[in-house]
Amino acid sequence: MGLKRFKAMGKLHMTVEEARQMFIYVANKMVDSKDALTQADKAIGDGDHGIGMARGFEAVRQKLETQSFTSIGELFKSIGMTLMMSIGGAAGAVFGTFFRGAGKNTGNQSELNSQTLTLALQDGLQAVKDRGKAKPGDKTMVDALEPAAAESVKLDAVPLDEALMEISEAARQGMEKTKEMVATLGKAKPLGARSLGHADPGSLSTYLIFKYMLEFVRER
Amino acid sequence: MTKIKKIINDPKNVVAELLDGLVQAYHGKIKKLEGVNALVKTNLPQGKVGLLIGGGSGHEPLFHGFIGDNMADGAACGNIFAAPTPDVILEATKALNQGNGVLYLYNNYEGDNMNFDIAAEMAEDEGIVTKTVRIHDDVASAAPEQKEERRGIAGDVFIIKISGGVAATVQDLDEVVRVTEKARDNTRSMGVALSAGSLPETGEPTFELPEDEIEIGMGLHGEAGVARGKMLPANQMVEDMLGRILADFPLKRGDEVCLLINNLGSTTMMELLIVNSKINAILNAEGIKVYDTAMGSFCTSQEMAGFSISLTKMDSELKKYYDMPADSFGFKKV
Repeated sequence: MGLKRFKAMGKLHMTVEEARQMFIYVANKMVDSKDALTQADKAIGDGDHGIGMARGFEAVRQKLETQSFTSIGELFKSIGMTLMMSIGGAAGAVFGTFFRGAGKNTGNQSELNSQTLTLALQDGLQAVKDRGKAKPGDKTMVDALEPAAAESVKLDAVPLDEALMEISEAARQGMEKTKEMVATLGKAKPLGARSLGHADPGSLSTYLIFKYMLEFVRER
Repeated sequence: MTKIKKIINDPKNVVAELLDGLVQAYHGKIKKLEGVNALVKTNLPQGKVGLLIGGGSGHEPLFHGFIGDNMADGAACGNIFAAPTPDVILEATKALNQGNGVLYLYNNYEGDNMNFDIAAEMAEDEGIVTKTVRIHDDVASAAPEQKEERRGIAGDVFIIKISGGVAATVQDLDEVVRVTEKARDNTRSMGVALSAGSLPETGEPTFELPEDEIEIGMGLHGEAGVARGKMLPANQMVEDMLGRILADFPLKRGDEVCLLINNLGSTTMMELLIVNSKINAILNAEGIKVYDTAMGSFCTSQEMAGFSISLTKMDSELKKYYDMPADSFGFKKV
């Protein structure tokens, strides 16, 4: 079974308010994913990834429900700071850095379209690479984020829902590929070959964030 | 799976409650900063170089139990097994800065490295000078030529002790860094795991180890070690572990070391003493003198069973700072 195609709804963009609603939806879904992420981490880490992500996205939900934003960049930065100050560990630094990076050059954008998304993903990816020194193939969230960001470059003229579908699928495939990788960074690193066969939990979280963004756009 | 019994209340309140319990045990010598999980000494002399340690909670008395006179000045405390967030580290940095900067001393894990680095950049924005020394004493976690990739484990006790001594003596951050790095580079550790500890929030063990097996070199969070095998007599465990440390460590006859035998959580003092007997026999045969011995729970991983051995090679300079009295909760020296 390949990628299940659906007829693109042709939604070109989102307002800042709609994007806020989307990330409240994503935050709720990430909190619900706590057990799945914990199980994924137990296989190759210490089993606290789900706890941390749930704590972080619960804080994001609370933050977004009580605040409005004037630009896409401001929204991304707020999500980033909230994750960074609430998750802790490597996950907090990496996911916080990603969203803060995504907000770097989108501060003057009043809508989220595939071009804004491409810019956000490129900057977010670069910020993560600079902070964590992870390269593709190290079995980290970069292995899901990099293909997603690369895919987005090809899609910066298509409707947002279509772009999100392809980006989410690229992240999923990247996450799947981490099962064939041996960890070279982080707490799974000393597991060496024992980390084979298990997806990196951070790459799973990355895929899930895109998946839930897409879900929101589709279901609306 | 049956949950491990733990003496806790709400699993989400574990860190807040343990920190409060620790503050109470210090009888006014430390306080918790408002709004963040950071503990600092109440008496910080003007001009003192601040020594800030920190990391994930759940390893008590590491780290926050090592605040005290001639020890650390404060600790940034993360959630269970997770590095503290940058705001916690930054607030502690601001509280500790007495004009001559702050040294960040912590165990080398990706999460700690990134969060302390982010905090260092934020501190710089506020005009506070910080320096960083990462502890990487675990010889099981990377080859000698990749020493800086190694994890930090129980060897940090002596490093914090010596760093605390120098930070209380000289008001020069670079000098504190130099001596601390020397203590760090003179320290090697190796552990063995017999069974896993569990996370308070899930009640589940952090790793699986078959009933009749042990893993030499396994990390505090279940990171893979260097050899998994059937259970061994104490002497054989010690021979293997100490052998690996000595193979990594250029010690010669006549050298002096501080010896730390650390309980990872649920191993008994009886067992540690049996281990100490064999360690001394081996070091004696090698002509290495034990300058001081510390034995007990310093760097734990919940109810994990097992122990680690740490050696810090001493010289006259390190002895001077090591010998200073210390009154921390987790490590005392008269």
